[in-house]
Amino acid sequence: MTYDAVIVGAGHNGLVTACYLARAGMKVCVVEKNDWIGGAAVSRELYPGFTYSNCSYVSSLFRPEIMRDLELSKHGLQILPYEGGAVFQQGGGYLGMFRDHDANRREFARHSRRDAEAYDIYARDILRFCRFIRPMLMRTPPDPSSFRPRDLAELMWLARQMGALSEGQRAEMVRFWTMSISDYLDEYFESPVIKGYLAVSAIIGTALGPMSPGSAYVLLHHYMGDVDGNVGAWGFARGGMGAITRALTASLQAAGGEVRTGSGVDRIAVRDGRATGVVLANGDEIAGRRVISNMDVKRTFLKHVEEKELPGDFVRRVKAFKIRGSSGKLNIALDAAPVFPALPEGAPMIRGDLHFTDSIERMERGYDDWKAGHYSRDPFQDVMIPTMIDPTMTPPGKHFMSCFVQYAPPKIEGRAWTDADRDGFRDTCLNQIESYSPGFKDRVLHVEVRTPRELEAEVGLTEGNIFQGELTFDQLLFNRPVPGYAQYRSPIRDLWMCGSSTHPGGGVMGAPGRNAAAEVLREAKLKPTMSDAYAVL
Amino acid sequence: MPSFDVIVIGGGVNGLACAARLAGKGRKVLLLEAGAVPGGGAGERDFAPGYRAPALAHLTQGLDARVLHGMGLARHGLAFDPVATTVLAGQAAPMVVQGGQTSGPDAAAFAALHAKLSAFARVLAPFRADKPPRLVAEGQPWGRLLRQGLAIRGLGRDDFRELLRMVLINVHDVAEDELTDDRLKGLLAFDATLGAWLGPRSPNSLILYLDRLSRGEGPLWPRGGMGALARAMAAAATAAGVALRCDARVESIFTEGDRAVGVRLVSGEEIRAGLVVSAINPRTTFRALVGPRALDAGFFRRTGHIRSRGAAAKLHLALTGLPDFRGGDPASRLVIAPSSEAVEAAFNPVKYGEVPKAPVMEVILPTAREADWAPAGHHVLSAIVQYAPHAPMAGLEAARSELLENTLAVLEAQAPGLRGRIAHAELLMPQDIEARFGMVGGNWHHGELAVEQMLFNRPLPQAAGYATPLPGLWLAGAGSHPGGGINGAAGWNAAGAILEARA
Amino acid sequence: MTNLTHFRTPLRHTPFHPRTASANRLNRWGPWAGCMTSLCYGDVDMEYTAIRNAASVYDLCPMVKYRVTGPDAADYLNRLMIRNAAKLPVGGVHYTAWCDDDGKLLDDGTLFRHGPEDYLICCQERHLPWLLDSAQGFDVQVAEITEEIAALSLQGPCSASVLAAAGLDVSALKPFRMARFPFAGGEITISRTGFTGDLGYELWMTPDQALPFWDHLFAAGAPWGIRPIGTDALDLARIEAGFIITNMDFVPAHQALREDRPRSPLEMGLGWMIDWEKGNFTGRRALLAEKAQGSEWALVGLDVPGNVSAEGSILYHDKKHEAGFVTAAAWSPALKASVAIAQVKARHAGGDNLWVEIYALRELQYVKLMLPVRVVERPFYNPARRRAMPPERV
Repeated sequence: MTYDAVIVGAGHNGLVTACYLARAGMKVCVVEKNDWIGGAAVSRELYPGFTYSNCSYVSSLFRPEIMRDLELSKHGLQILPYEGGAVFQQGGGYLGMFRDHDANRREFARHSRRDAEAYDIYARDILRFCRFIRPMLMRTPPDPSSFRPRDLAELMWLARQMGALSEGQRAEMVRFWTMSISDYLDEYFESPVIKGYLAVSAIIGTALGPMSPGSAYVLLHHYMGDVDGNVGAWGFARGGMGAITRALTASLQAAGGEVRTGSGVDRIAVRDGRATGVVLANGDEIAGRRVISNMDVKRTFLKHVEEKELPGDFVRRVKAFKIRGSSGKLNIALDAAPVFPALPEGAPMIRGDLHFTDSIERMERGYDDWKAGHYSRDPFQDVMIPTMIDPTMTPPGKHFMSCFVQYAPPKIEGRAWTDADRDGFRDTCLNQIESYSPGFKDRVLHVEVRTPRELEAEVGLTEGNIFQGELTFDQLLFNRPVPGYAQYRSPIRDLWMCGSSTHPGGGVMGAPGRNAAAEVLREAKLKPTMSDAYAVL
Repeated sequence: MPSFDVIVIGGGVNGLACAARLAGKGRKVLLLEAGAVPGGGAGERDFAPGYRAPALAHLTQGLDARVLHGMGLARHGLAFDPVATTVLAGQAAPMVVQGGQTSGPDAAAFAALHAKLSAFARVLAPFRADKPPRLVAEGQPWGRLLRQGLAIRGLGRDDFRELLRMVLINVHDVAEDELTDDRLKGLLAFDATLGAWLGPRSPNSLILYLDRLSRGEGPLWPRGGMGALARAMAAAATAAGVALRCDARVESIFTEGDRAVGVRLVSGEEIRAGLVVSAINPRTTFRALVGPRALDAGFFRRTGHIRSRGAAAKLHLALTGLPDFRGGDPASRLVIAPSSEAVEAAFNPVKYGEVPKAPVMEVILPTAREADWAPAGHHVLSAIVQYAPHAPMAGLEAARSELLENTLAVLEAQAPGLRGRIAHAELLMPQDIEARFGMVGGNWHHGELAVEQMLFNRPLPQAAGYATPLPGLWLAGAGSHPGGGINGAAGWNAAGAILEARA
Repeated sequence: MTNLTHFRTPLRHTPFHPRTASANRLNRWGPWAGCMTSLCYGDVDMEYTAIRNAASVYDLCPMVKYRVTGPDAADYLNRLMIRNAAKLPVGGVHYTAWCDDDGKLLDDGTLFRHGPEDYLICCQERHLPWLLDSAQGFDVQVAEITEEIAALSLQGPCSASVLAAAGLDVSALKPFRMARFPFAGGEITISRTGFTGDLGYELWMTPDQALPFWDHLFAAGAPWGIRPIGTDALDLARIEAGFIITNMDFVPAHQALREDRPRSPLEMGLGWMIDWEKGNFTGRRALLAEKAQGSEWALVGLDVPGNVSAEGSILYHDKKHEAGFVTAAAWSPALKASVAIAQVKARHAGGDNLWVEIYALRELQYVKLMLPVRVVERPFYNPARRRAMPPERV
């Protein structure tokens, strides 16, 4: 039989696309190389009784419109907000973050009274940028070189968005998009630890340092999500991040779609310039009227499509696509909750994100290590213990700890990672935690270590880049993944892209998958199954 | 006491250009220069008995053509010689680069890249020749903007897309994508980041290279040196009717009835005029000369946020003989930047106020062209050394001696025996440059030339069109659009804006 | 373990908390500038009545306070604020406001001049970064001293009598003046100021004087029926007085997320305070331009027919076109009328053909009313005793 659409990769975006197409009545099949679904939104039990969030570990960006359209709550998905967090300082102090505005101001005021109040103005300014950029997430980027009515209309829409701002705000926005987060924060704050905390979102997942221009935009990328209207807030998926892809799979199956695991694709079949299906590693061919790749753009076109089928220029651009991994991950099963002596008894911060880099300079030095082809010797870690809130992931009293680590380069001094490198990386991270939480290592039952090497090998993220491509302007909007191909189509007819390599990029957001589905349905002249993006009032 | 229509503060290249254009249109202009001679960053100085070196800038990418022709500088004896570039890297033979032409395995790729970037620079160059466009629909010069827009689109679909992709890209990635030869990658990285507080891996670094190309095709040496350029401009300005006063340092700009009406010199003398134009540093203008009382608090606060970190040091060596840079042409520009990574590695430490182990640099030997700048047979070496911390953690003197030592080690490796010929050495750190030339933070552009401080954001959105929030006060220096580089466009544009406002 | 426990009590207690807490029979509290503040102690009508009939006490401690000292203090405040701080005599108080560069209000508040180079700003919102940034280039020190001062507002026709009974003779104190009085071996400051539009005083002391003074005041005031009041009653009185509150009647420019929300002093009816001749102040150029071009908005007082409060209502011109919105409204017990404060598009400031659409909740159902409104002078209620000299004694 011939499917209407074969989707390669059961990550969240592939499943989102599949769900929307299935709901439009298309016969869809998602093929997944692993024996499990989820891609980078996955939960696996690597230690008996412990559910991990093996890759992505928190949720904010996942679009509520998608949850509603695809009835994910009916299929078991619950997003839980979490509480604040803390940065531990060298020397035993800490900076806490609280959801309560007054508590947070008083905590910041411990470090700087001025900064405590400046934070409100800063938060307002960032929120202004978020409000501007959010409506762009759920739209197909226009091709600025095109004179087609639809592209012109979309460019006009962008101009109108800009037109709604004052002249000063327009200039300020251009400035913000192009600045480094370090320079931007210097205009508001004086306390190094407050700046260190606020810079975090500007580097997560990206191959930039906090002093790199353009990093301020990356911060926005992490702030434009929300949990129930709290813009910039983050939460957990109950049961681990795999709950998102489990719910998507259930939604897909309810709509009549199929998922085939253990079905690695060898190549995308192309006949007479059209994609006609996929050929699996075992030789089976699955025929489809269209193929939609949730894999990153490099993997899709350089590994699974024959070069002769593609224009030379396109291949050159894809080869030059920047997808350098910058992060690693430790997933830890703990026998008991870790104790951080710096925190007061009963402090709620342990239920939030914990950091150890108390200045921008330390983070930037970590980036210098990455540039030189080494993992950071004093890494930035975003440590979370979801089981402080989510009772479903471990046996009672035991805990799962997720440590997102930056920076980790795709190659060590130009060569592939070795097991010894990986162990060194692991020990660097564990030792950093131990130094703020004595006895921590004794509570460790099991550690899963993911360097960019493991991320690429298992999840299929080229060079271990968690966003399927870096988030710099040359790879955003109409430049993502490559100029001229930002509308989810590829040079090959009926071969589409729906992964995070496409606009608006990475994070467990689902927007690329939704937008790709919208384009497929439009071309197939089918009624859209997605609702409009929520308006920003 | 004579009364003036306009007082221009600062006799640098931009102040001279602005004053000359205004005087040429019949305005009575007084140009006040704090130093003994006009020129600002363009000048020369005897840094050791018998040895002369460029005071700061030692090459130009070319004066703005409107300045050059509008002031009739050729008539005042100004002429330029193009300067080829010699790339020095490791033990390899020197490699000569002139425009897009070079040798080696990447010769064709480099030529293609140069052609592409030059085409981009050509369509962007017209933006240099006027006030930056405002981000409003009303009152725009739509005809001109449409022409400029069409020129950009006229690159063709592919190049247009390519420009949109590359406009904010980092130069390191471009070098990696387009070239294989580390020497050329290093040169590209160095030229893009020269004078900037960025490394080649910093996003938005390629546009600085495009900006350089849009100023001119390659480096030029003004015959007789930078001082000759300044003298020609001063002579042309005077001929146009500008009253030029040197040794006249302005202490403050004073206001009456919410309007700038004159200046007070450090001598106490007060001079009044219809307009005051500041061609010196914008931060100094607002914070030191105007002060907070005449300005709104939000604006005054932002003047303190004009980022102005200088990362270039200036080295002057008096040499008892001609150094041998592995046979490289001593009359060329010698660039020691062995790879893009080397440039980045030299940038890393200055982020923390530290000194790079192996700085990268642009070296010229002025005495190869101006023999009388040193005793017979002796030579002068002038180098821009990157990167230098503007606020060294270890203190100025410790950083200076460390950077001098590291710089000389790099030079010695490329010109063995050079250290044995040094009669005198001077290394100007960014703090020295600030003290000597009034460049805040030691930044040669009077405010970092970076995307977020370009166009309508240069130096600040409220003062980007050369007019300032204080009526009667205008800006005309490198801190304004389109920046510095011994070019004069900012001053020329400012004069145009003033004339337009008064017309 | 460190023993920082402030996260357990996100809202601070004021120095009067032991007394206000025991008096707060309903346990009705709300947050105000990071403090717990009583919304109502027991009966909002009786608390309001105390303001207009006898003597009421409101805990003013959460009010944000900044001390400005130094040789340039007057110059600094003149650059910061729209009113002329140099003209404020020592011992004087005035109502003032300040703007951003665009001439949009950041806050309003009262300015107290304790000495030639010693001022106190009292306001609703926090402004430390702005006040410090504004101080660049001035020889002044700016310090937030909110927690160093405890304050009570004693308002009502019997307030002078109560103070006299407490041994504090304020009969010579004119409106908007302050003086120091001995109390228990120390001193307190009393200003004839308030937020009720009635006779009243504000009493400023150190936190350690707070409880003894409270006890002393309430003992002295008992014959007049002195009573603590909560924010709900005060709000009613301030609406009758036509006073505006930051973040209730206008959004401060530093907090506004939507760019069209901030308002200028001209738009908020505060133009009378602007001293155009004192030299440049922040926002002056923008306000001059606004004066020349005309404002977009205007603040008006409204008389609403009937007896239903117009709180949260939208205003229409000719019943059709949106013309503005009500920022504060109440049934006024003093006037026996429904009054409202509203922002309207400036062209409707005359009130011609202006209507209010009220959704009145009656037993779970909204009754929709469309009523013609009349623009009236503020204050709505303005008793002569408010400014009388010497103050009324009863």
